Amino acid sequence: MELKEKLVSSFMAFENMVDIDSPVHDIRTEAIKNFEIEGFPTKRQEAWKYTSLNSVLKHDYSVFPKHENALEYKDVKKYFIHEIDCYKIIFIDGKYSSHLSQTTHDGIDVCLMSAALSKPKYRLVIENYFNKIASKDGLSSLNTAFSAEGAYIHIPKNKLVEKPIQIIHFSTGNEAALMLQPRNLIVVDENSHVQIIERHQSLTDNPVLTNSVTEIFTNKRAIVDYYKIQNDKKSASLIDNTFVNQKQESLAKVHTFSFGGKLIRNNLNFYQNGERIDSTMKGITIIGNKQHVDHNTLVHHIEPNCESHQDYKGIFNDNATGVFNGKVIVEKEAQKTNAFQANNNILISDKASINTKPQLEIFADDVKCSHGCTIGQLDESAMFYLRSRGIPEKEARALLMFAFSNNVLDSVKIPAIKNRITKIIANKLGVSIGFDL
Amino acid sequence: MLKINNLHASVEDKPILKGINLNVKPGEVHAIMGPNGSGKSTLASVIAGKEEYEVEEGEILLDGENIDELGPEERAHQGVFLSFQYPVEIPGVSVTNFMKTAINETRKAKGLEDMPANEMLKMIREKSEMLEIDRKFLSRSLNEGFSGGEKKRNEIFQMAMLEPKLAILDETDSGLDIDALRIVANGVNKLKSKDNAVIVITHYQRLLDYIVPDYVHVLHDGKIVKSGSKDLAHELEAKGYDWIKEEVNA
Repeated sequence: MELKEKLVSSFMAFENMVDIDSPVHDIRTEAIKNFEIEGFPTKRQEAWKYTSLNSVLKHDYSVFPKHENALEYKDVKKYFIHEIDCYKIIFIDGKYSSHLSQTTHDGIDVCLMSAALSKPKYRLVIENYFNKIASKDGLSSLNTAFSAEGAYIHIPKNKLVEKPIQIIHFSTGNEAALMLQPRNLIVVDENSHVQIIERHQSLTDNPVLTNSVTEIFTNKRAIVDYYKIQNDKKSASLIDNTFVNQKQESLAKVHTFSFGGKLIRNNLNFYQNGERIDSTMKGITIIGNKQHVDHNTLVHHIEPNCESHQDYKGIFNDNATGVFNGKVIVEKEAQKTNAFQANNNILISDKASINTKPQLEIFADDVKCSHGCTIGQLDESAMFYLRSRGIPEKEARALLMFAFSNNVLDSVKIPAIKNRITKIIANKLGVSIGFDL
Repeated sequence: MLKINNLHASVEDKPILKGINLNVKPGEVHAIMGPNGSGKSTLASVIAGKEEYEVEEGEILLDGENIDELGPEERAHQGVFLSFQYPVEIPGVSVTNFMKTAINETRKAKGLEDMPANEMLKMIREKSEMLEIDRKFLSRSLNEGFSGGEKKRNEIFQMAMLEPKLAILDETDSGLDIDALRIVANGVNKLKSKDNAVIVITHYQRLLDYIVPDYVHVLHDGKIVKSGSKDLAHELEAKGYDWIKEEVNA
């Protein structure tokens, strides 16, 4: 049976596991109908021209894991940012692990989507925010239809949450192939600030496909710092659909670090509903072998005096392929918009490729918008310079790659994350030196 | 220390060096002068091991060993240093961290442990004071936004840190005002000893007033066409290069 049919027919079984009388279930029912119409995207669609899902859709995925699994913290500690105190929302094969998690209801809610969807105290927030900005495309609809579990974070106004929140989805390989539909909702009220780290980590060579939807709401003057660490096994693929709705004077920053996984597609969308909003998205992609990473970004400038900043760096080796498609829409009312976009790439091998495409739709006349993309090789004269100082070829190459990605690393405000990313990169490049940039 | 025998080198099949012979002994300073396009910078790059140059014939011996097969980093580990005419900008890597990496990679190649941090800091302090380099300068990204003079001074700072056996200064005087030239030359002179050697590549005689050479060689069309004492440099300054060309052609 095709995966699409399997998913649609699984919906009835899913209904036995959730509360079908809740208002959310109407949204799910609507969504499965929508998925049935839309299906999975194909290369015939403009937004998917350079990314084919065929190779990841061919597996016979389990939609609901049959077994409950447990993991010992010591065995998976290395996937945590364990150097600093964090709240933790941890899932194993899609199921919440209370053993590995550290949630809270002390002034803020850092807990589970399943709880938020079922308990009356969350009803108002769910009514106001759930599925309000997720798009109606096939993949997001699929996630909405099966939305049952994920992270629920609500920060009421005037709270500076000092501890970052880590969301990690582990998959253990007890299923021959597993498909996950995590659903996250993050609501940050006036003047509050939160930092979130998200990671999807497979512990198996069995295929895993994650189709995740995250809705983020930053209300007036709220600040959200979001870090996505994508360094999964080569059998694991990720479709990340993230939607950020911003109110006036809010600041949302998303860093995406893509180093591992078979296929990664990041659909990252910002909607600016207010003045003096800042939306920032930065990314470092370093891949090789036959890996594929596709960044599809959207910033929708709706009101005046707002800014957006995009800065994505990519390094591609072997047969790796990359895509960057950055869309910026500036509505007629959105005067005095500053929108910047940069995508710089280095191809290490002759067989690697990157398709980069800025897409600017500007309807206002008093704006500053810029975009630039580059594709190049490592600078040979710089290589000679470094090597002539005694730095061996491999290390010299790594040093230049660090230098190339440095301005993105530099904007990471949590030192433990910056150190971890630096280590992952050094490891990826096969060098032992921490350049300590 | 350095012996070059009948060196022919080309880039993309275009011959640049056409039979260079040079013998540099410990404690000596050699100046290589010559008009633009005569092959001076190529000679410097070939000695340092730049891979886009193809050695067609002849050999470069360092302490009697042929270094033709060695990569630039291995030559550096053996004590060869090239001060670049156009140092490359490396954004995001501070001068200090770059030096730490360079020194520790060289030590690693020699089977030594990393230099202890306090020793490194002491060395950085001493050498930067010698070259009158501001401490703030050391935390800036390597060569990024440096003025021409700052870049050259930074090259000599690297030389001071790496303590090479053979230093090649490629047009170190270009872009330097007279004060910077004096500081850089003083630095080079302080680093000179009976065990190391310096090759100064320059178009003008100016630098040689400060770094006084034992020998002056004139390079023309890929060959050393004339060698002499420091007086030759004065003669070239006064008369230009044309008379040499005429002498060669005659």
